[in-house]
Amino acid sequence: MSKVFIALQTNEDSRPIVEAILADNPLAEADYQPAMVKVSAEDTLVIKRETIEELIGRDYDLQEIQVNMITMSGYLDEDEDEFRLSWKN
Amino acid sequence: MQIDLRTVAIKPVRNTFDHIARRFGDKPASRYQEGTYDLQQDFKFHYRPTWEPELETFDERRTAIKMKDWYALKDPRQYYYGAWTIARSRQQDAAESSFEMIEDRGLADTVPADLRQTALDVLLPLRHAEWGGNMGNSYIAGYGYGAAITQPCLYHAMDHLAVAQYLTRMGIELGGVDALDAAKTAWMEAPMWQPLRRHVENLFVVKDWFEIFVAQNLVLEGLAYPLFFDHLDAHFAANGGTVISMMNRFAAEWAGESAKWVDAQIKVAAAESAENKAQLSAWARQYRTLTLEALKPLAERAFGDNADEVLNEVVSQFNTRCTKLGLAVQE
Amino acid sequence: MDMQVKKKKLGLKEKYAHMTRGLDWQPSYQTKEAVFPYATYEGIKVHDWDKWEDPFRLTMDAYWKYQAEKERKLYAVLDAFAQNNGHLGLTDARYLNAVKLFLTGISPLEYMAHRGFATAGRNFPGVGPRVACLMQAVDEIRHSQTQIHAISNYNKYYNGFHDFKHMLERVWYLSVPKSFFDDAFSAGPFEWMVAIGFSFEYVLTNLLFVPFMSGAAYNGDMATVTFGFSAQSDEARHMTLGLECIKFMLEQDPDNVPIVQKWIDKWAWRGVRVLSLVSMMMDYMLPKRVMSWKEAWEIYFEQNGGALFNDLARYGIKMPECLSRASIDKEHASHQTWSILYQYGGAAAFHTFMPSDEEMDWLSAKYPNTFDKYYRERFTYWREQEQKGNRFYNNTLPMLCQVCQVPMAVTEPDNMLQISYRESDYKGEKYHTCSDGCKQIFDDEPEKYIQAWLPVHQIYMGNCFPEGTDPTVEGFDPLAKVLEWYHLVPGKDNMDYNGSEDQKNFNAWRGLATKND
Repeated sequence: MSKVFIALQTNEDSRPIVEAILADNPLAEADYQPAMVKVSAEDTLVIKRETIEELIGRDYDLQEIQVNMITMSGYLDEDEDEFRLSWKN
Repeated sequence: MQIDLRTVAIKPVRNTFDHIARRFGDKPASRYQEGTYDLQQDFKFHYRPTWEPELETFDERRTAIKMKDWYALKDPRQYYYGAWTIARSRQQDAAESSFEMIEDRGLADTVPADLRQTALDVLLPLRHAEWGGNMGNSYIAGYGYGAAITQPCLYHAMDHLAVAQYLTRMGIELGGVDALDAAKTAWMEAPMWQPLRRHVENLFVVKDWFEIFVAQNLVLEGLAYPLFFDHLDAHFAANGGTVISMMNRFAAEWAGESAKWVDAQIKVAAAESAENKAQLSAWARQYRTLTLEALKPLAERAFGDNADEVLNEVVSQFNTRCTKLGLAVQE
Repeated sequence: MDMQVKKKKLGLKEKYAHMTRGLDWQPSYQTKEAVFPYATYEGIKVHDWDKWEDPFRLTMDAYWKYQAEKERKLYAVLDAFAQNNGHLGLTDARYLNAVKLFLTGISPLEYMAHRGFATAGRNFPGVGPRVACLMQAVDEIRHSQTQIHAISNYNKYYNGFHDFKHMLERVWYLSVPKSFFDDAFSAGPFEWMVAIGFSFEYVLTNLLFVPFMSGAAYNGDMATVTFGFSAQSDEARHMTLGLECIKFMLEQDPDNVPIVQKWIDKWAWRGVRVLSLVSMMMDYMLPKRVMSWKEAWEIYFEQNGGALFNDLARYGIKMPECLSRASIDKEHASHQTWSILYQYGGAAAFHTFMPSDEEMDWLSAKYPNTFDKYYRERFTYWREQEQKGNRFYNNTLPMLCQVCQVPMAVTEPDNMLQISYRESDYKGEKYHTCSDGCKQIFDDEPEKYIQAWLPVHQIYMGNCFPEGTDPTVEGFDPLAKVLEWYHLVPGKDNMDYNGSEDQKNFNAWRGLATKND
């Protein structure tokens, strides 16, 4: 088992993203640091467009995450609906 | 009493970095200047490239053109990354809203069938030539000399990729995904496209980066863009194909803007010395002939009986442009 | 009238494939070898470039849209910072020495990364990696420029930033990061990707950026935090590219595995040596500290790097052996590096200083196994000497490692009394390296490393004086001439922070801003 994570700048744009991650990944943990929030989980972390859209009440393009992302670890697989980080072993 | 920080006037110790001050004096410098001048290293590289051990990492000998100061080749648009990407995002916004309107209202279906076919036959395969433009300019960005010219060449390479991608979207709008395959087959096999493909492939193996700059950015773009994005575009607009113009809006605007940058480079390099002028002129003449051969069958497909007339006009404008830049291009 | 059936929008993957993969073709008027001349000489075998996966799938329109948004935000902050004398909000101007190290040692190399990825973006025969490399190439010039633009405001008020590119190419310790990038650039495209794309961007970048940026945040440096985090948002893309590239090489042919392993070993070690400069920054240069170097190493290398190498094990890739030494060195790296820079602070491009008692207590707490045992006494003595007006400057010059170019003042991992050095013979000459890791690198490519332009050797050879210098005149002061050649003014740009112009100015300006007359 290895951890994957994503770190985002702390701001209004990333608040619903973090909320969505925590809702969709029950085992994920958020670590709030000055100016940065790091969410990690064992093996897999999924960000779902639909969950974010429900939280913000508008259409959301997952590529928008890039504006506020600081770093990540794990393999990324992204399509219109999901942004998924995982280790394959 | 409360003192607001902003009211404290502190005199700067210096106004800019010393290498900028050595060029322009110690006064506040622009972001373009601080982000461009002397940025490329030019002193004592530790190791010779394993891929070209006879030269240094960055080496002035990778072109026949010689400059006392490579930073004379400045970009009149003063593009540093932020300025470039913000300018392009505005153009992208405009292009995107055109595409959205066309997609939402199904406007592509209003294009008369013959114009649609011309666009698919003549414009769509050009996306491969645009990809070639990306390769040439990324070569210059890698192997050229001095941040003033290599920087905009990388932006230019990315711009070419964008034009290729807009042409792809146009193709999908006009003919669906299958049109892309047909255009690729034409690019690979149709006799009409072989001279241009051969020309583009020949440019892939040119070693002198300034020669690529002339062949690609001055000559190929200088002849092909007016042909396709002025003359052919006017033909579309006059015959009910404005939708096609809307989809090529980015390329048309961009070609006008980047030509001014290309002109500034050629002009300065030619004015530097008689040797430069002679070399640049020779390249311009050589590639004008090769490019015209490559474009002729496409012009014939696009303009039929008027092809020669249109080509002559394009060449004559090109010659006037080159002459203004200080090149000797008359036969 | 027919009802228009709205065309189904293409999915991200499909759209990206048409917009990128579809553009390329197999040349037939020129050979593939002529078009991509550098694709094979390193021995990497690729059978199918289409197996390349593009994780981010950015087309240019999306790229511009998001990047422009980042740029607008960033420059708005930089403008506000400059307009409001943001530099007076720093914890202490002493902090800026870390930023000087960054501008002279990192920013010009972001430019090198830009050029390197431009060449990689031309040289790979596959369209997927070419486009990804080119996007990274433009990102890298962004990083170089946003750093210069952010730090430009500090340069107006503080010393040592003033001629950063000139210094990078000359000042002795800056040859550590410079030679790292020169080494990668002079390699082929695949090694470049392992060196910069993978080892630097994936394995080590978090150790460089996250501590630097958190340090900036802790010390009131809003300009650096802003460019740092903004740059990092591109970094996530770059890390993904680096990892994809490794995976791709390993999956294409089993013969690639030992080559890739050798490069990973080499570049992990070279990266660790460069990071010794970051270690001292974290432990000694920040007035308000974030975490110790050791803690950063444990979180960002041992944990994350561990996860990565666990994953790569399925290809037969092992964690580089040299990294086990790095995990011993983590207890010493910052103290030894700072003590080198402190001693030779007369020839550095920033100010050095000894920690206060309170800071030493922090170091003892963070390094219970080593700080009090090996370093506290020496540092206390140096501080006492300074207070007596006897600030210690070492006027001899240290020997440099032939590979990493770090001065040979680092001790053996198992013997604190023994300076670690190794020796290789090549064509009748002896070459010295600092460790097994560097010796291995040297022995593998001696023809390359004998070319190294070692700053200290060059000084002794008389190559680092201004033009027209006559070293034979009476009373010749070589150090003064070297500094002149570096474009450094003694006492103003270097030596101790206590008593420096930076210190006086900052205190006076802050007094103006916070006190009434």
